[in-house]
Amino acid sequence: MDYEAVIGLEVHAQLSTNTKIFCGCSTEFGGDPNTQVCPVCLGMPGVLPVLNRSVVEFALMMGMATNCRINTGSRFARKNYFYPDLPKGYQISQYELPLACQGRLGVNVNGVKHEIGITRIHLEEDAGKLLHGEEGDMVDYSFVDLNRAGVPLIEIVTEPDIRSSEEAVAVIKALRDILLYLEICDCNMEEGSLRCDANVSVRPSGETALGTKAEVKNMNSFKFLKNALDYEIERQIELIKDGGRVIQETRLWDSGRGITVSMRGKEEAHDYRYFPEPDLLPVPVEDSWIEEIKDKLPELPREKAERFIKDYELPLYDAEVITASKNLAEFYERCVELFPQPKTVSNWIMAELLRELNKENKDISESAMTPENLAGILILIDKGTISGKIAKGIFEEVYGTGKSPEDIVKEKGLVQISDDDAIRAVVEEVLNANPQKVDEYKGGKVGLIGFFVGQVMRKTSGKANPKVANEILQELLPSPET
Amino acid sequence: MKLYNLCIHELHEKLKKKEVSSIELTEAVLERIERLDETLHAFITVTAEDALSAAKDADARISSGDELTPLTGIPISIKDIFCTKDIPTTCASGILKDFIPPYDSTVVKRLKEAGAVIVGKNNMDEFAMGSSTENSAFNITKNPWSPDKIPGGSSGGSAAAVAAGESFASVGTDTGGSVRQPAALCGVVGMKPTYGRISRYGMIAFASSLDQAGPVTKDVKDAAIILGVIAGHDPLDSTSINKPVPNYLESVQGDIKGLKIGIPKEYFIEGVGKEVADAVKDAALAMEKEGAVVKEVSLPHTEYAVATYYVVATAEASSNLARYDGVKYGYRIDEPNDLMDMYCRTRDEGFGAEVKRRIMLGTYVLSAGYYDAYYKKACEVRTLIRNDFDEVFKVVDLILAPTSPTPAFGIGEKKNDPLQMYLSDIFTIPCNLAGLPGISIPCGFSEEGLPIGMQFIGRSLAEDLILKAGACYQGITDWHLMSPSL
Amino acid sequence: MKITKQEVEHVALLARLRLTEEEKELYLGQLDKILSYVEKLSELDTAGIEPTTHSFPISNPYREDVVKPSLPRDNVLQNAPQKEKGCFKVPRIIEDN
Repeated sequence: MDYEAVIGLEVHAQLSTNTKIFCGCSTEFGGDPNTQVCPVCLGMPGVLPVLNRSVVEFALMMGMATNCRINTGSRFARKNYFYPDLPKGYQISQYELPLACQGRLGVNVNGVKHEIGITRIHLEEDAGKLLHGEEGDMVDYSFVDLNRAGVPLIEIVTEPDIRSSEEAVAVIKALRDILLYLEICDCNMEEGSLRCDANVSVRPSGETALGTKAEVKNMNSFKFLKNALDYEIERQIELIKDGGRVIQETRLWDSGRGITVSMRGKEEAHDYRYFPEPDLLPVPVEDSWIEEIKDKLPELPREKAERFIKDYELPLYDAEVITASKNLAEFYERCVELFPQPKTVSNWIMAELLRELNKENKDISESAMTPENLAGILILIDKGTISGKIAKGIFEEVYGTGKSPEDIVKEKGLVQISDDDAIRAVVEEVLNANPQKVDEYKGGKVGLIGFFVGQVMRKTSGKANPKVANEILQELLPSPET
Repeated sequence: MKLYNLCIHELHEKLKKKEVSSIELTEAVLERIERLDETLHAFITVTAEDALSAAKDADARISSGDELTPLTGIPISIKDIFCTKDIPTTCASGILKDFIPPYDSTVVKRLKEAGAVIVGKNNMDEFAMGSSTENSAFNITKNPWSPDKIPGGSSGGSAAAVAAGESFASVGTDTGGSVRQPAALCGVVGMKPTYGRISRYGMIAFASSLDQAGPVTKDVKDAAIILGVIAGHDPLDSTSINKPVPNYLESVQGDIKGLKIGIPKEYFIEGVGKEVADAVKDAALAMEKEGAVVKEVSLPHTEYAVATYYVVATAEASSNLARYDGVKYGYRIDEPNDLMDMYCRTRDEGFGAEVKRRIMLGTYVLSAGYYDAYYKKACEVRTLIRNDFDEVFKVVDLILAPTSPTPAFGIGEKKNDPLQMYLSDIFTIPCNLAGLPGISIPCGFSEEGLPIGMQFIGRSLAEDLILKAGACYQGITDWHLMSPSL
Repeated sequence: MKITKQEVEHVALLARLRLTEEEKELYLGQLDKILSYVEKLSELDTAGIEPTTHSFPISNPYREDVVKPSLPRDNVLQNAPQKEKGCFKVPRIIEDN
C-alpha cells in the first residue's frame, strides 16, 4: 500500500522591532546576560505589559502578505507553565482570537504551483535563554539569561496541506522570503530568529481522514527540516506497516544521529490553562491603519517573479532565484536599467555573482559588488573592449575589491586587441612557430582552428579579440584539402 | 484633641499656618506606632528614618513658601502590596520576605511627588487573600476597637493604623472588598474607585481584572484628597482609564437635593445583623431628610456574586502567583534535589495555607475539562451581575447598602471554614465584579461597641457623586469622629 | 464529591505545590465544599451572554517602539536567591534538545 504524508508547520519568527513586545528594553542580539531586562520582562511583582505598536504593525504586514483575514479585536491570552526561562510563569500569547487567520501562501515545488492554507498568525513573547554549566561544580547548574524574554514573535501556523519534505522546505523558504521582503524578521535560523516545528502524520493514499500526528521540533536549518521530515515520515510508515500505531507525542530532531527522538517521559502532562490576559485589552486595529499598511506593502517575491517573467522574459527558474532576495531583485533591476539585456544580466547573476555570494554565504547587500559595476563589465564586453574570458577575471576582482571595471581594465592594460595589424602579426608568429600543425590543418584537421585561436589568445594574454583573430587565421591558413 | 486624631485637611491648614511642622506630625505618628503597634500589628515595616527625612524636606518647602499640595508633609502609610523602591515589599508573604523592589509603584510615586511622608507599610492578608488579616505571614492585626476581634481584610493593617492614629491615611487595595470591609470594621472611610481609575503598576497582583487601589482615611474629605493624588491615567498600565481626574475636593461640597438613592433588597437578607440593617436604614432616612429620594431596588444576581468571584479571582491569582518560583527573587528552599523539587517545595513552604488553597482552586477551574463549566460560566454570570447594576442605575443615581453583613468577628472564628469567610464579602464583591466605585462610611456602632459601615456604590467614574453623598452624610452625623480608646 | 484526591494531586503538580498528605486531605475537603457552592452558577441560563473579562470597556493603548534604558544588572540580580556570571542560577535543567 502507498502512504502519503500530511504535514503542517508552526513557524516562529522574531520580529525585528527596536524594543520588546511589552516593554522598552532593546531587542539587540548578543548583549551580556541580563543587561537588556527591566522589571516588566523580568516578571517582577506588580508590573504590567504595554503593547508595542510596531509589533502589531509588523504582524499585520505578514497577515496581509499571506492573504489573511485580519481580526480587528484580537485578544491576548496567558499560556501557563513553569520553566526557568519564563519569568512570569506564563507566556503572553494569543489563543482564541489571533490577530490574523485564514490566509493562503503560494509555493512552487519542482515547477508545480501549490497553495498552502495559513490557519493563523498570532503574536506572542519569546522566552529567555538557558545556559548549562560545563565543568566542575557548575555541571549541577543551569543559568538563566532573560535578554531574549519578551522579544516579539509571530507564530505562523499552516493548514496540514503539505505532502512532502520538499514542499515543507518550499513553504518555509517562501515564508522566509516574505519576512525578508517585509523587513520584519532577519530570519537567521541558527540564531533562532526563525524557528520551525512540524506536525507530521501519514495515511494510506486516497484516505481523507487524518492519521495520528507527531510534533517534530528542533530543526534549525532547511536541511534539518528536510532530513527530519523524511526520517519521521519513513518511521511512521514503517511503524504502521509493521502493525504498530503512531502515538501523539513530541519528538526532537537529533541532527547528530539523524533521527527523531521521543520526548515521552521528559515531558509531563501539559495543561496550559489558557485564559484571557486581564492586563491587556482587545488589540484595536482600525480600518485606516489596515489601509495605510496595505499602501506601504512592497511587491512580494511571487508577484515580482511573475513580473520578471513577463517583463524580462526570464525563465521561471531564473525569476524565482533572483526574486528570492529583495536586495538581489533590486540589484537585478538596476543592472537591467543600465544594461538592457535582461537574460545576459540574469546569466551573470546566476552563474558568477551567486556563486561568489553563496561561497561566503552572503547577501548581495553585504558584498562590494554594485549594479553599476556589473553592468559596467557587461557593457565592456558588449562594446568589444574586453573578452568574455577577461571579463570573468575582472568580475572576480571587482567583487573582491569594489573597484570599477573600467579602472581595472585600464590599470592592467586589459583592453581587447581588435586592431587587424597587431593581431595579424601575432597570427603570423603563431603559424611560423607551428609548421606541423599548419600542415595537419591543411591535411583536413580543420578542428585545429581552435588550437590556433588559443595560441593567439595566450600570446596576447587573452586580450586579442577572438572574432578578429579567427577571421585573420582563416585568411592566412592554407585552405584545407577536402 | 490630640494631633493623631486630626484629619488631613485639618493638618494641611495647620501646616500652612505653620502651627505644626511635618516633623512634629511624623514624630507624633511614629510615637504612636512605637506605643501601639507591638500589640496592634498594623505595620510590617516602619520606615522611620526615610519618613523623618521626607518630613524635613516637606518642612523646608513649607517654610520657603512653595506651593503646597494637600498632602505635603502629611504622614501616611501604605499597604505592603505596593512596591517601594529600596524598601522591603513583602505582600505579607514568606515567599517575598526579603524582596526589595528596584522600582516604585505608580501609587507610591504619586504620593511621594505630592510630598506625602510615608511612615511604613501596612500589614495585610498574604497577597490580599483574606477578609481578616489573619493570613499574614507575619502577625495578626488586631481591631483597634477590640483586641480580640479581627480588623477585617485584606487591608486590615491600613484600616487599623488609620483608626488607631498610627498614620493619617493609608492606601489599600480592594479586589473583593479589601478596602471597604476593613474600613467598615475599623470605623474609618475606605474607598474603591472605578476599575482602572488608579494605576495598578507596581501593585502586586492578586486578581488583575478586579484589583483596584483605594484610600483608607478618617473622613470622606480626606478620601477625596488621597484619590485626587493617586487617580489618573498611567502609560505603564494598559487598563488604566485615560480620562481627566476631576477636582474631588470640589465634588465633596454642595447638597444632595433630588439625589436618587436605591436600597437593594437583596442586601437585607438572612445573615445580615439587625444592628447593621438598622444602621443603614437610619442612614437612608438621614439622607432623605437632606433631600435625597430613597427607593428600593433589586440586584437579582447578588446571590451568585461570591461564587463568581471565587472562580474569577482564584483563576487569575493562580496565574499571577506563578512568578514566585524561586528563580529570580524571593524565597527559595536550600539545597533542592532538582528543578521540580525547587519549584514545588519553594512554593509549598513560601505560600501560606489560604494562598495555596486559592492557587489550587484557580488552577482547577482553568484546567482542561473544567474551564467552560467554571471559568467561562463565571465570566458570563459576571456579565449578568454588571447588567443588574446597569438596570438599577437607569432609575437611581447611587446605591446604599451595608458594607459587611456583621461587625468585626472574633480572631480565629472563621479560620477553619473558608467558605464562611468568603461569604462575609458578599456585599462588597459585586462592586468589584462590575468595576464600579464604592465607598464605605462609618454609620453606627453595635451594642458591643464595634463600628458598622455602609457603602455608597455609583456608576462608572462617579467617584465625585459617591464622595459628595458621603461628605453630606458626614456633615449630618458624627460616627466618623469617634475614635477607639487606646 | 466534586473533586477527587487524584485531581487534587494533579492540580498541585500543575501549580508546583508539594502538598503533604494532611494538606491534600484538607484541601480535598475544602475545595469540595467550595466547588459544591460554586455549582449554584449552573442554575443560571447564560446562553448568548457574552463573558466579561474586563469591566471597563476601553481600547488597548500602544507604546511607541522606542528603546528605554534597561535596569542596571546589579538591580536585576539584587534579589536573586542564587546568581553567577550575570545570570540567575538554578538546579541543572535536563536539556530538552
